Amino acid sequence: MTDIGFTSQGIAPRRTDTRSVAAKARLKARYRSNTRFRWYGISALAIASAFLVILITDIFTKGMPAFWQHSIVADVAVTEDIVDPDGKRDPSAILGADYMALARTALAAAVPGIEGRTQKKQLNDLLSSGAADELRTEVAAHPEMIGKTVKANFLLSDTADLYLKGDGTPIINSAPSLGTATPSATAGEITVLTTDTDFAAALVEVKKDIQSKAAALSAEADRLQRLNSGTTADRIAELRKDAKSLEARLSNPNSEEVLDGKIASHLVEINGGLVKVTKLASSVVTGDVLIPLKSTEAAAPGQWQLITYATPETDRSISDRGVAFLEHLRSNGHVEKQFNWRFFTAGDSREAELAGVRGAIVGSLLTLFVTMIICLPIGVLAAIYLEQFAPKNRLTDLIDININNLAAVPSIVFGLLGLAVFLNFFGLPRSAPLVGGLVLALLVLPTIIITSRAALRAVPPSVQEAALGIGASKQQAIFHHVLPLAMPGIMTGTIIGMAHALGETAPLLMIGMVAFIVDVPKGFTESATVLPVQIYLWSDLPEPAFQSKTAAAIIVLLTVLFVMNGAAIWLRKKFERRW
Amino acid sequence: MDMSVAFDVNTALANGALVTPAGPPPKISAQGVNVHYGEKHALKDVCVNIAPRAVTSFIGPSGCGKSTFLRCINRMNDTVATCRVTGSILIDGEDIYDPAIDPVELRSRVGMVFQKPNPFPKSIYENVAYGPRIHALAANKGELDAIVERSLRKASLWEEVKDRLNESGTGLSGGQQQRLCIARTIAIDPEIILMDEPCSALDPIATARIEMLIEELRQAYTIVIVTHSMQQAARVSQRTAFFHLGTLVEEGETQAIFTRPSDQRTQDYITGRIG
Repeated sequence: MTDIGFTSQGIAPRRTDTRSVAAKARLKARYRSNTRFRWYGISALAIASAFLVILITDIFTKGMPAFWQHSIVADVAVTEDIVDPDGKRDPSAILGADYMALARTALAAAVPGIEGRTQKKQLNDLLSSGAADELRTEVAAHPEMIGKTVKANFLLSDTADLYLKGDGTPIINSAPSLGTATPSATAGEITVLTTDTDFAAALVEVKKDIQSKAAALSAEADRLQRLNSGTTADRIAELRKDAKSLEARLSNPNSEEVLDGKIASHLVEINGGLVKVTKLASSVVTGDVLIPLKSTEAAAPGQWQLITYATPETDRSISDRGVAFLEHLRSNGHVEKQFNWRFFTAGDSREAELAGVRGAIVGSLLTLFVTMIICLPIGVLAAIYLEQFAPKNRLTDLIDININNLAAVPSIVFGLLGLAVFLNFFGLPRSAPLVGGLVLALLVLPTIIITSRAALRAVPPSVQEAALGIGASKQQAIFHHVLPLAMPGIMTGTIIGMAHALGETAPLLMIGMVAFIVDVPKGFTESATVLPVQIYLWSDLPEPAFQSKTAAAIIVLLTVLFVMNGAAIWLRKKFERRW
Repeated sequence: MDMSVAFDVNTALANGALVTPAGPPPKISAQGVNVHYGEKHALKDVCVNIAPRAVTSFIGPSGCGKSTFLRCINRMNDTVATCRVTGSILIDGEDIYDPAIDPVELRSRVGMVFQKPNPFPKSIYENVAYGPRIHALAANKGELDAIVERSLRKASLWEEVKDRLNESGTGLSGGQQQRLCIARTIAIDPEIILMDEPCSALDPIATARIEMLIEELRQAYTIVIVTHSMQQAARVSQRTAFFHLGTLVEEGETQAIFTRPSDQRTQDYITGRIG
């Protein structure tokens, strides 16, 4: 009965063939396919990690400098007639005094001999508009400082700070001087005469530069000519004329050259001062004094030198004079690099060096708090009801499908909903964390419901049966046994939902959280912004200093996200139970 | 096959395990019980009386409705949305499907032990203490401790776990877990204990311990046990009911069922021809 006869049907019994050539080829093909698949996986992973590494490296190299800041350290006399002219030590009077004047005086003392309005203004422009804020708070806290001379830090402006971080110009010191140089005066426009042809090499470089510029102009003119369009005739003529005039300067290799902002800056450092060259010849230069000379004495060979700021002045944000002042301050030990605590303690500002993320962080925290308070209880309770109590019928199926659909709705739509409902209908305040939190709660709610339901479903039904079997009500069984077991999953889902909310920008733009807000928000209904929106705002600003601030703010946001995801993993591991 | 069963029954008889139930009124009395799962008619017109303070075993091939009937006795089937139960089941003459009966309160009188040991993933102590706590059976911590100890002793688990009551119940061996589940059930002092294949996930030694325990427990409780093992039914139960394709074919003294079945289907099943 049990013998199923192959032979009776005329079919020979077949065993898996493992020995023939075809079988071996099949085996090889199978191995190859395995290997190929493994390599697909490895290369996919490699590409993904390469992108991640590029992203992180880029952000960190751009953003890390923003965590440090340069300031001027100088002795400052806290004179009574400026800080407290009445002598009453009235705190509000002390706070209201003009500390910028003190800062300027201290800076002028550090770079002596600067005369003239323009020069003084250029020196003072190195300071941030908030340079004296630290001194102000310190003096207000310690009125006994008044009348004394103290060491104080004055914050530099963003351009000065960027220059000191290396975003300026390379400085090239020429070969040691061979002749004896004699300046004609200590200030104003002077000539420096040397007994050797010390400037010849620089002159050759400048002429080469002019030649390449002339060539570039001619090439551009040729290109336009080839295009043969009538409207460019004037432009072509202009280019040809410019090229010709440049070439004319090259005709005599020894003729003196007038230097302008489009050519690398040349400076002569002599007798403790600095002269910016305006006319360059092989053994004499004419120039403006940037830092006054100590004397007009002749400087011996090797005691003076020619310096080149390789980047032309018009191609950088800081002037030659600014560079000269900063280099002078740096060589005299007046420049200090500090960790940029202000970045974490200050709100937004139009001045890059004063701007911080405190306002955005507090705004994010307030917003997330509202989101959490609303969507955690609603989400978890909705999940419990839908998963455990709701009858299975058309209505619950419909709700089910719509929750899944909601999770896929573009976030900007939630922003529009928030605008229409919370702002226009309920009249809640614009730009407020309260509204932001409500909108983000709508956004995150489906995620939390879905993950919570999955977590509840993952608890084995035997746990609930066990509780029911000893006379626990359904509610007791769920709240005493099922929910605690599902909690790690629910927490993970919630934290990931919160991290999603933290990084969300689009819906907040719709409800006006995109405003420029200087003050750190103190409540749920005050105007606020959040981290990603702050990043968006800063990325839009033209100042180069804000670009590194943008990257630094991204680092802060990413750190928070990593911490949140880490917490999710930790919670899951800690409370994970096996059954 | 039937020879070996007969041998087992005879051994059991010799040990005095099989006792003919005396005259008292039945603890559980089912009358015309029908169960539908949606369209499926899972249990057809079951009428049976179950004696107090005795072990009754339900046997039958898979899908015959024995577990379904067991779950009707403590209304666990209520949790299945598509399940519909008609007819009446009386416990001490009271219909448990009467609307006035609260199923949660009923389950505190009719405890249940499941096929797979399912202790709560909590401490051993908490596992046993949970039931008394939700039913407010202990006025204070001391009383609760006493209930836990008594229950664990009754489940003959106390000696093995008394030093590690705060350890997780899921860390015990399978047999210990099942005894913990029994302790958890008797902690609320039910009148009836339902056991749904309590030994199917256990090794023979653990099975033997549970069977000994059942033998002890029947002094105080009415026990209904579903089993796939006819030897087990013969060993532990005084009365046996045979289910087949949703109908109760035959019910009687275990000895009689295994030696002189009156229905051909029973005869076929215990001799291994169906199932």
